[in-house]
Amino acid sequence: MQYIEQILFVAILAVAIYFFTQKVKQIRRNILIGKDQIINDNKPARWMMMAKVALGQSKMVVRPVAGFFHILIYLGFVLINIEVLEILMDGIFGTHRVLSFMGPVYDAAIGFFEILAVLVLVSCLVFLGRRFVVHIPRFHSPEMKGWSTKDATYILVIEIVLMGALLKMNAVDQVLQSKGADHYVAAGSFPVSQYLVGFFQNYDISTLVVLERVFWWFHILGILFFLNYVPYSKHLHIFLAFPNTWYGRLQPAGQFANMPEITNEVNLMLDPSKADPNMPPPDKFGVSDVTDLSWKNLLDAYSCTECGRCTSSCPANITGKKLSPRKIMMDTRDRADELGKAKDVNGADYHDGKSLHDYISQEELLACTTCNACVEACPININPLEIIFGMRQFQTLEKSNMPGEWAMMNSNIENNQAPWQFSPSDRANWTHDIK
Amino acid sequence: MSETLHVPTVAELTAKGEKPDVLFWVGCAGSFDERAQKITKAFVKILNNVGIKYAILGTEESCTGDPAKRAGNEFLFQMQAMANIATLNAYEITKIVTTCPHCFNTIKNEYPSLGGTYEVIHHTQLLQELIDEGKLTFGADPFKGKKITYHDSCYLGRANGVYDAPRRILEAMDAELVEMKRCRKNGLCCGAGGAQMFKEAESGTKEINIERTQEAIATGARIISANCPFCTTMMGDGVKHANMEGQVEVLDLAELVAQAKDL
Repeated sequence: MQYIEQILFVAILAVAIYFFTQKVKQIRRNILIGKDQIINDNKPARWMMMAKVALGQSKMVVRPVAGFFHILIYLGFVLINIEVLEILMDGIFGTHRVLSFMGPVYDAAIGFFEILAVLVLVSCLVFLGRRFVVHIPRFHSPEMKGWSTKDATYILVIEIVLMGALLKMNAVDQVLQSKGADHYVAAGSFPVSQYLVGFFQNYDISTLVVLERVFWWFHILGILFFLNYVPYSKHLHIFLAFPNTWYGRLQPAGQFANMPEITNEVNLMLDPSKADPNMPPPDKFGVSDVTDLSWKNLLDAYSCTECGRCTSSCPANITGKKLSPRKIMMDTRDRADELGKAKDVNGADYHDGKSLHDYISQEELLACTTCNACVEACPININPLEIIFGMRQFQTLEKSNMPGEWAMMNSNIENNQAPWQFSPSDRANWTHDIK
Repeated sequence: MSETLHVPTVAELTAKGEKPDVLFWVGCAGSFDERAQKITKAFVKILNNVGIKYAILGTEESCTGDPAKRAGNEFLFQMQAMANIATLNAYEITKIVTTCPHCFNTIKNEYPSLGGTYEVIHHTQLLQELIDEGKLTFGADPFKGKKITYHDSCYLGRANGVYDAPRRILEAMDAELVEMKRCRKNGLCCGAGGAQMFKEAESGTKEINIERTQEAIATGARIISANCPFCTTMMGDGVKHANMEGQVEVLDLAELVAQAKDL
């Protein structure tokens, strides 16, 4: 009987890891649909940025309430998962609390995990409250309707259920320990679950063993389910926040990249000696689809957890315009998913003829003031502005699709060297009458 | 002072075999826009007063290309940039000061990879340096106890991380700085950036400049200080919209310094 349980455990674990790996590979492929970009300069600064922003949650705490509870869940997630190591070993080797030989350290750890479990549970309840009771506006933007809100709710509920299973498992375990049941070594300290013992005190050992097994299996199956759910959800940020901050921008936020293919064109006109005559003319300028974005832009999209801090600090969005930086990231991810799936069916070189502009309208792109508030607000250094800007370049350069006032402004710059229609010879007229 | 102040051009200095220590890049708004001209004039008065050897390009200056770039017209931007870089390099300019954070950002961050590398500072940074060096001093507490709020422009603040220099100037003039809730890294845009200055806003529920100006007025300050000709215009319009003209003033830091020194 025991071997059957072990074999079953290993089989389920193998299946869970297999499916998780397959999905991870798919996401990796979708990210690499983007253009190549080499990001490996100034490694010390990159490690620092990751340590501060991802590990240290430095930007989360800018909003203290959400920041505080998020840190509790984050610590709970990272630390309680140490216990999962033990659960894995127990499951594979048929042992029970295999690490209990560590004695007082083990007891302290289990006690600590219990306290964390309660804190995580409470934080998840607070987060549900923020979504559905307090009605924080950024959780109710148009792009949050449907799957996005469901996804957020599922995750919170799963966490609550998992933490509950952990505590109940420990409670039953204590009863079994106290009744001297075979196989159940006396180990651990249970500052929280000791209060749940009363529910289980009156059962006999064989029932309790079944209950303990049920909670144990529920806990580990829950975790394996969670592992496989995460890549389908916005919750990928728990893994991707780290690479995403490491590969984040180090140059000043105001520095927008100069397009080298245009530099070459301009050189050909102004100073052909500087131009590279062998550089092939680009097939297009700007971003029409996810394939024109860099892989880092797509990593950004898959890292986004849709918290909406970007949108809630966007001046355009605050004043009722259509633009929402969060939607930009969600659309980018959805489009990468769509193109990835099409490639799965039709081969790697296939393109379905659709574009990112089918998802994001010109009205949204035009509303951006390039103020970098969204970039600053993102707790994991996602950059919606690069995507908006690249798409705007496509509309302007490839489609000549821009407001008439901008067309006028451009022709003024070309003809008068100023965005307004003044004569360049009047440029210094202001100097004439300074007293 | 009744005699007219002379603003030298680089061409003039070059003809005399001289070079300016710093080039004052005026920018299109500072050159042509009536409101922004006041900032420009205030700044040259300060430069003159402190005795800095500066010059402007005059009619040889041309739009940096910033609004074209932000509107997506990279081609026009690079044409402008290359032409300006050719002029600047021909005069062997090494240091540039500008009263416009958009010009500041573009020349500082986007010109180097096109062949134009200079030391570029914003005028608030220069003013702060002059105060620190004791070259710019104020008499009897010009703004003592006066409540002044400060609006961070996006292209000086978030884009380039300059938050303290402008505040130190206010401090040096003994003003009581009252911050808006959205300040420094979290500062709210005035609505003009990204070439929005040159087009109507998309439809929404409110204009951005009105949202921002309301926040500034709510601080109780009667002076809204700024560092950007576009912010100054946008906030000025916001004050008009709030019917607070005559009660609340929007002034660039250069104007405040010039006022404090009675220039």
